[in-house]
Amino acid sequence: MDIFALLNDFTIRNVALGAMFLGVSSGVLGSFAVLRKQSLLGDMLSHAALPGIVLGFMVAGTRQLLPLLLGALISGTLAALFMLLLIKRSRLKTDAALGIVLSFFFAIGIVLLTLVQGNPNANQAGLTGFLFGQAASIVPSDLWILAVVTGFALVIVTLLWKEFKVVTFDAQFAHTLGFPTGVLEIALTSMVALAVVIGLQFVGVILMAAMIIAPAVAARQWTERLEIMVLLAALFGALSGVVGAVISALARGLSTGPVIVLCASLIVLISLLFAPNRGLLWAALKQRQHRASLRSQQILTSLYKLGEEHNNPAYLTEQGMMSAYFGADTARVFKRLESRGFISRTVHMPEEGEHWELTPAGRQEAERILQSFEASSENPKLETPGASYA
Amino acid sequence: MTPSVHEPNLALHVEDLTVSYGAKPVLWDIDLDIPPGVLAAIVGPNGAGKSTLIKTVLGLIKPAAGHVYIYGQPYEQQRRIVGYVPQRSSVDWDFPTTAIDVVTMGLYGRLGWLRRPGKAEKKLAEEALEQVGMLDFAGRQISQLSGGQQQRVFLARALVQNADIYFMDEPMAGVDATTERAIINLLRRLRDNGKTVIVVHHDLSTVTNYFDWMLFLNVRTIAQGPVKEVYTKDNLRAAYGDMVALLSQNPLEAVQDAPVQDDILS
Repeated sequence: MDIFALLNDFTIRNVALGAMFLGVSSGVLGSFAVLRKQSLLGDMLSHAALPGIVLGFMVAGTRQLLPLLLGALISGTLAALFMLLLIKRSRLKTDAALGIVLSFFFAIGIVLLTLVQGNPNANQAGLTGFLFGQAASIVPSDLWILAVVTGFALVIVTLLWKEFKVVTFDAQFAHTLGFPTGVLEIALTSMVALAVVIGLQFVGVILMAAMIIAPAVAARQWTERLEIMVLLAALFGALSGVVGAVISALARGLSTGPVIVLCASLIVLISLLFAPNRGLLWAALKQRQHRASLRSQQILTSLYKLGEEHNNPAYLTEQGMMSAYFGADTARVFKRLESRGFISRTVHMPEEGEHWELTPAGRQEAERILQSFEASSENPKLETPGASYA
Repeated sequence: MTPSVHEPNLALHVEDLTVSYGAKPVLWDIDLDIPPGVLAAIVGPNGAGKSTLIKTVLGLIKPAAGHVYIYGQPYEQQRRIVGYVPQRSSVDWDFPTTAIDVVTMGLYGRLGWLRRPGKAEKKLAEEALEQVGMLDFAGRQISQLSGGQQQRVFLARALVQNADIYFMDEPMAGVDATTERAIINLLRRLRDNGKTVIVVHHDLSTVTNYFDWMLFLNVRTIAQGPVKEVYTKDNLRAAYGDMVALLSQNPLEAVQDAPVQDDILS
C-alpha cells in the first residue's frame, strides 16, 4: 500500500490528523513548561489522569471521550493541588512530592481499572488502551474535540504572547509591572493539563510526558528565539505525530502511541547531536578548534618571548626545542602557523635541523595575544568584605 | 473616601514593616524614610533581610505587618513610577531571547494587555541599551553575554521604565571593576536627574564613595540617614557585630577617611 492510498484510508487519516493536533498543542505548551522547568509536571498530570478516566467511564457508563476527558482533567487538577499542598505544608521537596503524588494516583487508577475489568460490561475493553494509547479507536467527533482544544490553546498563546513570555523569563519582574503572575502561571499549567488530557487517547498515560518535553527540548537546540522555538516545537510535535501514525499503520500491529514517542525521541537525538551551536558534535568540534588555536598561541608567544630574551626579534628557534618544552610533537602546529604566514623556515647552521623565524605578521599576532592576556587578568575585582560572609 | 495621602514628601516611607518566614522574623518593625533625589544604599550582613526589604516594598512578599508608601501613596497605585532591577541570578540566562528583547520587557507594563511592542518601543529600548553601552549587543543571545553585560541589560530594562524611584538588588555583585564604574556613574546620573535610587549593596569599602544616603539593616533598622552621619564605627558594629573584625579590608578605615567629625563641628 503506498502512502497516498494510506492517507486516503479513513481511519488512518483520522489518526494522523488527530496526532498532528496533539503534536502542535503539546509542542507549543510544552515549550513554556520546559522553560519554566516544569517538564515533569506533564508526567504527573498524565499518570494522575488515569483514575479520572476510569471514574468518568463508571459514571457515564460508556466509553465516550468527553466524560473521560472531564474525569482526567478533574483528577489531574486534584493531583496538582495535592502536590502543591505537600510542598507547602511538609518538608518534602518538589521532586519527592511529585513522585509520591504521581504513583499514588496512578496506583488508584490501576486498581479502579482492574475493578472495572471484573465487571461483565463489555464496554470497558477500550479503557486499558489509555495506558499506552489507542489511536485506532478515534472517531470523527473526537477529532473535533482535539481541533477545538488545539485551536483554543493557540489563540490564547497568541493573544497573551508577551505576558507569557515575561512571566516565564522573570516572574517577579512581571509582577512589579502589574501583571497577575499567579493567574498567568495557572493558565499556562492548566493548558499543559489540557494538552496532556487530549493526548492520552493517542500516547497513553505512561508516555504522554514525552510529547510535552521532547518537541520543546529538540526545538530549543536549533534557535535562540522564543517565537521560533515555539513554532519549531509545534512542527516537531506534528511531524512525530503524523509520521508515527503512518508508520504504525504501515506495520500492522504496531501500537501508535509508542511509535509517535519514538519519532519524537529520534528528533530529540538528532537535535542534541547535530544542532549548530548547542549540539554535542558542534561543541566537540569547537573544543578541538579551541585546543588547536590555544597550542598555536602558546607556541607563537613562546617564540616571541625567546626573541625578547635574546634581545633579537629575529631569533631563530629550532622546532625540536619547542617540542621538548611543551612535551609534545609540535610539527603540525608549526605547519599551521607557517601556512597562516606567522613564521617562516630558515637555516641556521647546515648541520643543525630546521629553524623557524617569526614573520612581522607573527610578531604582531604574538603581541596582540599577550596584550589580550594581560587585559583579561587585569585587576580581577578583589573579594569584597561583605561577600566574605557568604 | 478619597485615598489618603501619607508622607507625600518622601520618596519611600516604610512603617512598622515586619516579615517572617515561618516563625522566624526576617524583618522586624522596620521604619524607613528616604527623601527624593538621593542615591541610597541598603547595607547589612548576609541574612539581614536586604533583598527581602526590597521585595516586600515591591509587593513580591506579603508582610506580616506594616505599610509602604511611595511618594505619598501605596505601592499598588504607584507601580508606573517604580523601576526594579532584580538580582542577576534570579533568572535563567539560557532563556531563548536577545538583549533588546529583555529590555523591551520593561515596557510591557505600560503597553498593557494584548498590545504588542512596536517601533516606538524598539527605539526606546535601543536608547536604554545605548545609555548602558550595550547597543552593539542588542541582537545578542543573552546567555552569550558576560556577567557584567547581563547586569547592564537588566539596568537598561529598568531605565526604559522611566521611573521616578528605582530599587536595585546588588547591581554591582560579581561584575568587573570597569562595569562597576560604569554602573555607579549611571546611578549618579539618574540621581542628578532627580530620580531616587535605592540599592542593596554588599561592598562596605565603597559605601562612602558611592552613596549619599544609607540604611544599616540587620533584621531591624540599625541606623539611617546621610552617609556622612550614619557611617560610623558604632553603627557598623551594631549592624555587623563582631564580624567587623573579620572583614578582610577594614571598613573602619573608610570611616576615618570620611570627614565625619569635621562636618558635625562645622
